[in-house]
Amino acid sequence: MQAQTLEGGFANLPVDASHAFRAVMTAMARPGDIARVQGAHPPSPMSMAAGVVVLTLCDPETPVFLAASHDTPQVRDWITFHTGAPFTDARGAMFALGAWDELPLSDFPIGTAQYPDRSATVIVESRTLSNDDAILRGPGIKDKATLSLPETQRFQTNAALFPLGLDFIFTCGDRLAALPRTTRVG
Amino acid sequence: MYVAVKGGERAIDNAHAWLADERRGDTAIPELSVAQIREQMALAVNRVMAEGSLYDPDLAALAIKQARGDLIEAIFLIRAYRTTLPRFGGSNPIETEDMACDRRVSATFKDAPGGQVLGPTFDYTHRLLDFKLAADGEGADVPTAAPSDAATPHIMSFLDREGLIQTEPTGDAVPDDLTRTPLELPASRALRLQSLTRGDEGFLLGMAYSTQRGYARNHAFVAELRIGTVAVEMEIPELGFAIEIGEITVTECETVNQFQGSKTQPPQFTRGYGLVFGMTERKAISMALVDRALRWKELGEDNLGAPAQDEEFVLYHGDNIQATGFLEHIKLPHYVDFQSELELIRKLRREAHDNISREAAE
Amino acid sequence: MSDYNFAYLDEQTKRMIRRAILKGLAIPGYQVPFASREMPMPYGWGTGGVQVSAAVLTPDDTFKVIDQGADDTTNAVSIRRFFQKTAGVAVTEATSQASVIQTRHRIPEEALRDDQIIVYQVPIPEPLRFLEPSEVETRKMHALEEYGLMHVKLYEDISQHGDIATAYAYPVKVEGRYVMDPSPIPKFDNPKLEMSGIQLFGAGREQRIYAIPPYTKVVSLDFDDYPFQPTKADHACDLCGAPDSYLDELIVDDVGGRMFMCSDTDYCATRRKQGHVGAQGMPYEEDAA
Repeated sequence: MQAQTLEGGFANLPVDASHAFRAVMTAMARPGDIARVQGAHPPSPMSMAAGVVVLTLCDPETPVFLAASHDTPQVRDWITFHTGAPFTDARGAMFALGAWDELPLSDFPIGTAQYPDRSATVIVESRTLSNDDAILRGPGIKDKATLSLPETQRFQTNAALFPLGLDFIFTCGDRLAALPRTTRVG
Repeated sequence: MYVAVKGGERAIDNAHAWLADERRGDTAIPELSVAQIREQMALAVNRVMAEGSLYDPDLAALAIKQARGDLIEAIFLIRAYRTTLPRFGGSNPIETEDMACDRRVSATFKDAPGGQVLGPTFDYTHRLLDFKLAADGEGADVPTAAPSDAATPHIMSFLDREGLIQTEPTGDAVPDDLTRTPLELPASRALRLQSLTRGDEGFLLGMAYSTQRGYARNHAFVAELRIGTVAVEMEIPELGFAIEIGEITVTECETVNQFQGSKTQPPQFTRGYGLVFGMTERKAISMALVDRALRWKELGEDNLGAPAQDEEFVLYHGDNIQATGFLEHIKLPHYVDFQSELELIRKLRREAHDNISREAAE
Repeated sequence: MSDYNFAYLDEQTKRMIRRAILKGLAIPGYQVPFASREMPMPYGWGTGGVQVSAAVLTPDDTFKVIDQGADDTTNAVSIRRFFQKTAGVAVTEATSQASVIQTRHRIPEEALRDDQIIVYQVPIPEPLRFLEPSEVETRKMHALEEYGLMHVKLYEDISQHGDIATAYAYPVKVEGRYVMDPSPIPKFDNPKLEMSGIQLFGAGREQRIYAIPPYTKVVSLDFDDYPFQPTKADHACDLCGAPDSYLDELIVDDVGGRMFMCSDTDYCATRRKQGHVGAQGMPYEEDAA
C-alpha cells in the first residue's frame, strides 16, 4: 500500500469531523453560502473539500460512485482506507463524486415517495466556485442568493421532482457550497 | 414578592447521593458481591443478558447490583453500555443441534433419541416457601452422572424426515439488525425474532397467553424445549477458518402448530421459534408462540385482528427500555403544554357559558 | 470504560446521524428514519435531541439547554452536564450567547440569529399519529400528501368546541409539502418556526430526525373562517412585566392565588437586569436568585 493512501486523513477524527460537518450542514441549510474546510489531503484529482466531505460522511454503509476522472486506484485506495465505503455503479450510489459533465445524473437514486431521503448526494468537483451567475431561491435563502453553477436546466428538473431528487455539494479547492433539491434556480 | 425556584443542579447531586446510600441499605448487613448475584440470582442475570442483548453474566450481575434489583433498570444499564462497544464482526450461526443440554423436554413424543432430560427446573417443585433457606442456603449433596455422549437431534428433524413440518428457507444472507438500522415495516422474520428475543418478558408472556385464549389461537405444542451450552464460532479471515471464541447458554423452543394445506398441497404442521440467551424458558416459549402468531401472512392465514398478529403493535411496544422511558417521561415537567391546555379549556368554557346564558336569555 | 468518544457517540453513529440531518435539511419537514442508539438516559427524556446535538456540536460551541423554557429544570441541567462532561463545550444560560440550543417544549422569546442552531427534543414526531396509530398508514399518507384526516380532526374540534382544540404540538405545513409536528411547543411559539436559525428535530425512541432550514415557509394549519391564533395567558409577567412572553402559571397559596411568570427564564432575567419590574417582582440584584 502506498504511503499516500495511508496519509491525508483527519488528524483528530472526532474534532476535525465535527468542524467539517458543521460546514457541510450550514452549506446545505443555506444554499449559496460558501464555506472553507480543512483537514483532508486526498490524492489528485480529488479536491481538499471533496476529501473532507467523504471523510465526514462516508463509511461502510454508504456505497460511493466515482466518475471516470476520479476512478483511479489512488482515489479508490484512499477512500477505502479512510472510510471503508464500498464502490458502486450509479444506480446504487448514496454518494457520487466527480466533475459535472461526467456524472450520469439520471442514473442516481432520487428516493421513493415513502422514503425520499433514499437519494444520492452528489459531490461535484468544480473548477470555480463563487457567488455569481445563477440566482437561487427557496428554503435556507432569505430572499435570494447567487452561486456559480455549471448549468441551470438540470437543477430546475431536479427541483421539479421534489420531494424526490438529488442533493448537490460543490467542491473547489478547500471550499464548498451546497444545493439541495428544494432550491429553485432561476 | 416572589423569588423563582432554582436549584436543579443541587437537587440532582443530592438525589444521586441519597440513591447511592439507599442502594447499599443497612451497612450492618454484609454487602452483596457481584459474584454472589451472578451465582445465586442467575435467572435474574439471564433475563438481564437476554433483554439487554449482551451475553456477559458479570456485567449483568453488576447492573443488577447497581439497579438495586430493578431488572428493567439493569437491562437499561446493559443496553446503554452495549451500544458503545465496537463491533469486530458477526459469528457463525450457532448450532443448537450440538447443544450440551442441561434440560430437554418434548411434549409431542414420549421418548426420542437424546431422551427427556428434566434438568434444574421449578416445574415439579411444590411452591411452598422453604423456611430452611432463611437460615441456611448451603446446598445438599446432589447425585451426579457423567455427561451423555449421545447426540440429541432436534425433535423437529423427525417430523421433517416425514415431510410433516413445513420447511424454513435457508440462506447465507446476513440478517438485519434493528440496533443498527431503523425498523421498517413489514419486517423480515429475522428482524421480528431479534425484536422478540430482546423484548420484555412480561409483554411477550401476555401476548403469547392471549393467543392461547383465543386471540389468534394457533394450537401450539412444545415440540421441544432445550437449554444448554453451545459453542460460538467466528470466521477469522486471516486464518481462513472458524475458531471457537466462547460458549454461551441459550434456551431454544420450537413449537409445532396447526397444520395447513390445500387441494394442491398436502397438509403440513407449521412452527414457531424461540431462542433466548441464558436459562429463560418462559420467555423462549412465549417468543415461539408470538413468532407463530406473527407469521399469519406468510402462512396464508386470516388476519383476525388479534394483538399478537399485529406486527407493528408487537414490535413497537415490546421493548421495555423504549416503553419505560416514554412512560416515565410524563413525570418530567410539562408546565408549558399544560398551561396552553389550561388557557384553551378556560377559553372554551367561557365561550360555552356565554352561549348558554345567551340562549337562556332568548 | 471511562473514556468515551468526543460527544459520547462513536464516529460511525455520528456519521449516520449527520447524513440523516443533511437529508432532513434537503427535505424540510420530512421525517428521516435513523438508527437511533441507546443512550445513557431514558427514551422520552431527550435521547433524540441529545443524539442530534452530539452529531452537531464542535468543541468551539457554546451550548444552552432549556426545558419548558428554563435552564435550571432538572432534565435541562442533566443534559447540559452530559455535554459538558463528554464534549467539553462551554455552556451558557444566555440565549444570545449560545451557538447551539437544545430545547424541550419552547422556542426562546429572543429571535435566533442566523449563526444559531436550535435542536428540539421530540416525543412523537408523527403529526398524524393520534389520528392513525399505524406507521405503515401514516407513511403512505405523507407520500400521497393525503392530509384530509388532519383537517377533518381540526374541523370536528370546531364543530364540537367552537374552536380548534389543539393548544400545543400544533401541526404545521412546511414549504407547502409536509405536515410536521413542531414538538410539544405551545402554539404561541408556532410563528417563531419561521426563523433565521437552523432548526433540527430529534426523536430517539421513534428513530426520526427532521429539519427546517432558515427562512423556510412554515404555516400553522387552519381554516379561512377559523384562522390560527397563537395564544398565551392574558397577563403580563409578574416578575419582569413583559406583556408579550409566554407565561407559566404558579399557584402561590391555598385559596386560589396565582401568579404568572415568563417560562423563558433567560428572557425574564435579562429584562429584570435591564430594570423592568413586574407587579410582584423586586428590582434585580446580582445574587437575588
